[in-house]
Amino acid sequence: MTIMKKLLTSAIASTMLVGGVQAEISDKAVKIGYLADMSGTYRDLAGPNGEVALKMAIEDFGGEVNGAKIEVVSADDRNSPDVASSTVRRWVENENVDLVAGLVASSVSIAVTDILEQNDRLGIVSGSAASSITNEHCTPNHIHYVYDTYPLANGTASAVVKEGGKEWFILTADYAFGHALEADVTKVVEENGGKVLQAVRHPFPTSDFSSYILQAQSSGADVVALANAGADTTNAITTAGEFGLTQSGQTLAALLLFLTDVHALGVESAQGIQLTTGWYWDMNDDTREWADRFYERTNVRPTMVHAGIYSSTMQYLNAVKATGSDDAQTVRKQMMETPINDMFATNGKIREDGRMVHDMYLAEVKTPEESENEWDLYKIVRTIPGDEAYRPLSESKCPLVTSK
Amino acid sequence: MDMILGVPIAVLAGQLLLGVINGAFYALLSLGLAVIFGLLKIINFAHGALYMLGALTTVVMFDAFGVNYWVSLFLAPILVGFVGVLIEYFLLRRIAHEDHIYSLLLTFGVALVIQGVLTNIYGVSGLRYSMPDVFRGGVNLGFMFLPYYRAWVIVIALLVCFGTWFMIEKTKLGSYLRAGTEDSQLMQGFGINVPLLVSLTYGFGVMLAAFAGVLAAPIYSVSPVMGGNLLIVVFAVVVIGGMGSIAGAVITGLLMGVIEGFTKVFYPEGASAVIFLVMVIVLLIRPSGLFGKEA
Repeated sequence: MTIMKKLLTSAIASTMLVGGVQAEISDKAVKIGYLADMSGTYRDLAGPNGEVALKMAIEDFGGEVNGAKIEVVSADDRNSPDVASSTVRRWVENENVDLVAGLVASSVSIAVTDILEQNDRLGIVSGSAASSITNEHCTPNHIHYVYDTYPLANGTASAVVKEGGKEWFILTADYAFGHALEADVTKVVEENGGKVLQAVRHPFPTSDFSSYILQAQSSGADVVALANAGADTTNAITTAGEFGLTQSGQTLAALLLFLTDVHALGVESAQGIQLTTGWYWDMNDDTREWADRFYERTNVRPTMVHAGIYSSTMQYLNAVKATGSDDAQTVRKQMMETPINDMFATNGKIREDGRMVHDMYLAEVKTPEESENEWDLYKIVRTIPGDEAYRPLSESKCPLVTSK
Repeated sequence: MDMILGVPIAVLAGQLLLGVINGAFYALLSLGLAVIFGLLKIINFAHGALYMLGALTTVVMFDAFGVNYWVSLFLAPILVGFVGVLIEYFLLRRIAHEDHIYSLLLTFGVALVIQGVLTNIYGVSGLRYSMPDVFRGGVNLGFMFLPYYRAWVIVIALLVCFGTWFMIEKTKLGSYLRAGTEDSQLMQGFGINVPLLVSLTYGFGVMLAAFAGVLAAPIYSVSPVMGGNLLIVVFAVVVIGGMGSIAGAVITGLLMGVIEGFTKVFYPEGASAVIFLVMVIVLLIRPSGLFGKEA
């Protein structure tokens, strides 16, 4: 009996001890580093307004967690993995940054997550597209929150193939994101009985697409797919219009379009384009209410990335509060155990590979007659359930999943 | 169909034409740089930003005042050219006797300021500018569909290039310009206002950049960052052609457009590097550039 008692008390004591060590917030502050392209091609889809979204979350949370102050630092990665790496190294090694948020260009995210793993800090990727971030490049130190190339391919490409576009020409941005998207699209097209005739990789960024559009026209493909993003995509769409690509019977599929891109193109030139998105501001009362508050501060409507930054920061802070710790593994585990129900996602869940799985939407750009104002841009055609949208764990190459 | 290296000749003919069109842009921009460097010995790193300013002014004037394309074609270069004169008068003049590197750093700084301020105001997603109605549509050449607007670009760009070359090399005004920068004291002695000539020359080079910007507005995404990447390419063009050579800049511009166009077909991944590769080779073999005078 006494032995049992002793064992029991020592067990309790040791759990408390372990808990006691973990349950504390280092240096009495939770420090979030916001890293994004603040001045280049991807500025508008995340950029300075992403920092606004991040600060909205902190404000709504109350500015502190369990008595520890929440601080924000931010930097411009200029879409350069080198700049990003040195910034994040400084943040985690000298400035005690606990969480790196934002993370837009896929090449930047892949470089940064390596450093986070070496230093055991947490990163939440909101802007990047490459599905490889939670596949071959997965780490136990990051979460990929908003979308990735797998559902983009799954949503848009499968819809276009089913409408009869069997032969494809893919125009790919020549870096990690474009390659991942091209691979995911090729897979979807082939699985649905289509064929990729040619894939051409263009330098990032490119301003003149006329040469590539001409190649696409002479390829004889039914579908010309754009596996690029931002200004590259809008430039390519404008040039395709100028060269009469769709008039000659080819379908143009933009695989990644953000609200800000469609806004820049205008409904006149973008009408009818189908795209896959993780979120749209005008879906329900919750999304509209948040988008209105965002609009008051920024004068623009939020992209899915802005909304994702807000939502993921909220999830993170809730997890820090619940566990009383800012230790990366403790917080990530708590985030994985908590379903996400907010203005961004319904029943979203974070898997062990770091992928946040939630419903995606196939949208179509409204016509000038349908669109009531400059931000009234999409109609949602179909909701793609999360489990169907994202790469199933059975296909995963992530060591965190396969080693189980 | 006849093929060359697995590519149909019809496709190559199309790429050749597109290469010439892109080359016309390079020619206009490198011409402005060459005028400024050739006559004033200023390495104008603000050229890309001033090109962007030409495009942005066109869009903003249309949105705010309904100024149409044809008016913009004259008005935007004049306005931006005036900005150029201000930059010369208030900034560049003060370091005129210093080493070239000072003008390079100064204009680079000016470019960053212009670009940064406008990015803050307009973002980077790009502003819309509709194609003027007369240019809508195009003509089928058999081997490709040529939009009317691209045909217009090549004609007007080459006309402006030729006019500039003619004015500087063949007219009396041009001879004043060349002489004024060669030996300014002597020219001043002849009663010619050399400082004014310098301001106007810089303003003219800037106008050429802004003119290219107006031409670009209907076909490229107009945003504050549009000039940044182009600038480096255009500098390479000027270096290949021979710093300061007016005709060299134009011919090299067209040539590089074509080389880049073919690279986009045979090895698209290398399209952004090919001009720099040519630059390295030219510098190794002929350090003063294809058309430059031996230093």
